[in-house]
Amino acid sequence: METLFACCIGFLTACGVFLMLRGRTFPVVLGLTMLSYAVNLFIFSSGRLTLRGAAVLGTAEQYADPLPQALVLTAIVIGFAMTAFLVILAIRARADLGNDHVDGKLPDAANMKKESR
Amino acid sequence: MWHLITAPVLLPMLTALLIMLPPIHYSPMRRRWLSMVSAAIQLVLAVMLLLQVQQQGLLHYAVGNWQAPFGIILVADTLSVVMVCLTSFLALGAICYGSAGEDEKGSFFHPLFQFQIMGINGAFLTGDLFNLFVFFEVLLIASYALLIHAGGKNKTKAAVHYVVLNLTGSAIFLISLAVLYGTLGTLNIADMALKVAALPAEDMMLVKAGGLMLMIVFALKAAVLPLQFWLPATYSSASAPVAALFAVMTKIGVYALLRVYSTIFGPDAGELSGIAADWLLPAGLATIALGAVGVMASQDFRKLVANLVLVSVGTLVSLVALQTELSAAAALYYTVHSTLVTAALFLLADLIANQRGKAADRLVSGRRVIQPVLLGFMFVLAALTVAGLPPFSGFIGKLMLLQAATEPTNRLLLWSFVLVSSLLVIIGLSRAGSTLFWRISGSDAAGEKAAPLQVFSVCWLLLASPLLVIFAGPLTELSHQAAAQLYDTSATIEIILGQSVSQGETP
Repeated sequence: METLFACCIGFLTACGVFLMLRGRTFPVVLGLTMLSYAVNLFIFSSGRLTLRGAAVLGTAEQYADPLPQALVLTAIVIGFAMTAFLVILAIRARADLGNDHVDGKLPDAANMKKESR
Repeated sequence: MWHLITAPVLLPMLTALLIMLPPIHYSPMRRRWLSMVSAAIQLVLAVMLLLQVQQQGLLHYAVGNWQAPFGIILVADTLSVVMVCLTSFLALGAICYGSAGEDEKGSFFHPLFQFQIMGINGAFLTGDLFNLFVFFEVLLIASYALLIHAGGKNKTKAAVHYVVLNLTGSAIFLISLAVLYGTLGTLNIADMALKVAALPAEDMMLVKAGGLMLMIVFALKAAVLPLQFWLPATYSSASAPVAALFAVMTKIGVYALLRVYSTIFGPDAGELSGIAADWLLPAGLATIALGAVGVMASQDFRKLVANLVLVSVGTLVSLVALQTELSAAAALYYTVHSTLVTAALFLLADLIANQRGKAADRLVSGRRVIQPVLLGFMFVLAALTVAGLPPFSGFIGKLMLLQAATEPTNRLLLWSFVLVSSLLVIIGLSRAGSTLFWRISGSDAAGEKAAPLQVFSVCWLLLASPLLVIFAGPLTELSHQAAAQLYDTSATIEIILGQSVSQGETP
């Protein structure tokens, strides 16, 4: 289970980083979202992965650490709000600057051709 | 009085909510007055808290009466309360400046401003790393919205970079918190210090990785060399009162570095003590150099001031890297001085730009400013202070930091970087000043005179500098006291965890 979990987080992070390095705002937003998924899973795992661990004391032999669950909840809420803000900002940047490139201007035509080749 | 420590967090929040309610929200005058009065009350409360900390030593407040290390605690030691006082002082000046008309260029200026103050104060006062993250996010989301206040292409462009970078920073922050929680089992700063000191060898590398990732996050907030590219564009495009408040935002990063690397990974941390120093010293020195070159190369005055912020951040980070009590004391004094003077310069840049017609704050010949005597005098005062020339607070700050470097190699490095950068800053500022005030072309002046409120707020921030000199004795003593308290980790742990440590030993 641990290996699968770790691979999952690693894959999400890799995708997130790749997308974040793209030039347009939409992939960047997607990349940040993926990165925040990876981060949330990672925080969740910091209380160790246990099966059938109760979160309430006195009900079972094994306990799950409740704190990472509280932390991850906070992180999800904050991440959600931030992503919503970023989406709105990206739309506004598209309107204000006339394109959706993160730098606010498209790279030169010559460079664009090189990239497409 | 026991609850006084929560006031710097609660009062701005309640003010912000109150400003958004109908009877106040519909009238610009009421919004302004409430915001200004609240900022003044916050300053008074912050000073009262400082006096209380002076009398009673370190204070801690368990939110909801959940005792540390299980609950979230607020901690007020001299260092954090001085920073809170600084924020309140700065915020009052910035709000007064904004109330002269800048606030009506967009909506929700005052509530956002108050929310940002709440986040900043919370970040200073918290004693829990996850809570620090939460307050970082509070101040960041307010700063995102404030940055695009009044709109415009440049602001949107800068905001996209700023938001994306900070969201990435938050992700790294969370990863490092998870690593530290997974290994140490706690996020309370005092408790972490205790756990790090008694760390089993197999967890050493993980904690080190987590600790150094925290350094990346704080270095991003503080704008240290490889992570500083966002700062000049962001600060120079923000509207003046917002930029003035942002002057304290980089200092939060420095404060967090100081807190984490002197308490958690401090001298008592065994093998992990001082893990960040090797990275921070070169990065800080390089930031000084880059900032000084930026000051020389700036094409407009606001960019120049933003680069001055970089110089001050570099200086502070190098001081943090020295990790001695002396350097922490020097860092505290220098933080107060540099924050106030750069904030005043941001406001002054706006005043000058408003009076120069199309040339605005670009360093080219332009119209004559309408109030050359007033603005020129304020410029000279600010320039002398920020460059660190004798009768002003910059000189004392620089003197303290030069004295703080006691090891020969460090002394050689720090002295040469700081002194050469001071020279470059003087050259850059004199070039900027002579261009702004003396290279006049075209028709006569036709801008607006500075509003009395604007002049008042610039004076408010600038006059802090002579006050910092007149009361230099008590203030340096205060900084030494704060540094001693910061480095006395065992006493801090005992006060905060006193009961829980003795309880923990019994089972």
